[in-house]
Amino acid sequence: MTATAARAVVIGASAGALEALSAILPALPADFALPIFIVVHIPPDKQSVLATLFQASSPIVVREAEDKEPIRGGTAYFAPPDYHLLVEADGHLSLSSDELVLYSRPSIDVLFESASDAYGPGLVGVILSGANEDGAAGLRAVVDAGGTAVVQNPDRAFAPAMPEAAKAACPEANVLSLQDIAAYLQRIACRP
Amino acid sequence: MNDPLEHEKVEDIEIRLLLDALYARYHYDFRHYAMASLKRRLRQAREQMGFESLSALQERLLHDPSMLPRLLGFLTVQVSEMFRDPSYFLAIRQKVVPHLRTYPSLKVWVAGCSAGEELYSLVILFREEGLEQRTIFYATDINQDALAQAEAGIFHLDRMQLFTENHRKSGGKSSLSDYYSAAYGRASFDKSLRRQVVFSDHSLVTDAVFGEMHLVSCRNVLIYFDRGLQDHALGLFKDSLIRKGFLGIGAKESLRFSSQSAAFSDFVREEKIYQRRAE
Ligand SMILES: C[S@@+](CC[C@H](N)C(=O)[O-])C[C@H]1O[C@@H](n2cnc3c(N)ncnc32)[C@H](O)[C@@H]1O
Repeated sequence: MTATAARAVVIGASAGALEALSAILPALPADFALPIFIVVHIPPDKQSVLATLFQASSPIVVREAEDKEPIRGGTAYFAPPDYHLLVEADGHLSLSSDELVLYSRPSIDVLFESASDAYGPGLVGVILSGANEDGAAGLRAVVDAGGTAVVQNPDRAFAPAMPEAAKAACPEANVLSLQDIAAYLQRIACRP
Repeated sequence: MNDPLEHEKVEDIEIRLLLDALYARYHYDFRHYAMASLKRRLRQAREQMGFESLSALQERLLHDPSMLPRLLGFLTVQVSEMFRDPSYFLAIRQKVVPHLRTYPSLKVWVAGCSAGEELYSLVILFREEGLEQRTIFYATDINQDALAQAEAGIFHLDRMQLFTENHRKSGGKSSLSDYYSAAYGRASFDKSLRRQVVFSDHSLVTDAVFGEMHLVSCRNVLIYFDRGLQDHALGLFKDSLIRKGFLGIGAKESLRFSSQSAAFSDFVREEKIYQRRAE
């Protein structure tokens, strides 16, 4: 599906995120070569348990992103609650407490747009289950920069609104089941 | 010509030139801010100020100083709360204050004070702990509008519910409503809270050290800087603090990736409160 070798993956999810990510992150092998950046909508006052939870069940490294942290392959970075997560073109992560975007902080659009600036055609954007429209503009930006769009099949998503909106914004997106998304990510990260 | 990557490169050139122009003309230096979020805010500024391109915005900016405050409004992020992250203020109260009590006079620097939320939080905390009278607070920011708001001490009344709740969680010994009067949808903070405060326009990028501080609280400002600039600002804080003085930064900021980290030791690790080493 990708012409250019993939260099990074961004994932956005909201309602139904736990179930959807559970089908993907634990399925990736320890030698998965790419960094993965993830925004899940969580209430601002909640301590995030996502990183701890998925670290326990996944062979890859899973952490909550820290400001100005150098990006490493084989690592999944979750945005902390109440902060936007952005990718810097020089290979670092940034957090910000800018205004909410579409009622959300962290915002999927903010992550996807910054990552598409940083990686261009080397980026794969994945939109999973969710009950709002965050991520649609971000996925559009991924495609406009030459990257690849993947959307969870809305018919099978816990909350179809977000994948529907992403599909509508990016008709060229690959619409896949969770299992196929996991298989797809493994394939692109293992190419020579 | 429609190649998105080609467009990308042009935008990056425009950003560099605009930031150079802003610095050369007005001495505001955003050249080493964290680029991803700055880029986003520049795009917003261009759109909402109604310019075709960033170059067009730059041209106007160079010739028309009235553009400057508007642009600065986009480039500096003014999101804040009183007693934001109440556990930080609780730690200041329980762990830092006992040390501060041992000094006959105190200096506190709130760097990047925005509209004053963090400043008033600290002044109220110091008053509750009986330290206000021996303290001078320096409240600094580069955004003039924000500084003017901080000096006025007026906030929307509908924010008071959150601020009150935060204050309570921070170990507040009084009711927040003791410190303001409400009228016409606004909460106006008592002017006695500003008696010990000096407000000034100061940039962590282009201005010099402020002397002999016992506590520097600089929260959610470093996060907007790139690593080199973070190091520079942390160097300023190191040089501004007395030996064993305290530095508090934002909940998701860290000294971990900084070349200045050796100058500080963890004081309350979970709350990002550090202490300047005695050397
Ligand atoms: C997100 S606010 C943080 C407000 C408050 N400290 C808090 O944590 O809630 C960031 C502030 O930093 C200020 N700022 C940005 N660049 C600065 C600089 N170079 N020097 C001083 N302040 C700066 C902005 O104007 C803004 O008021």
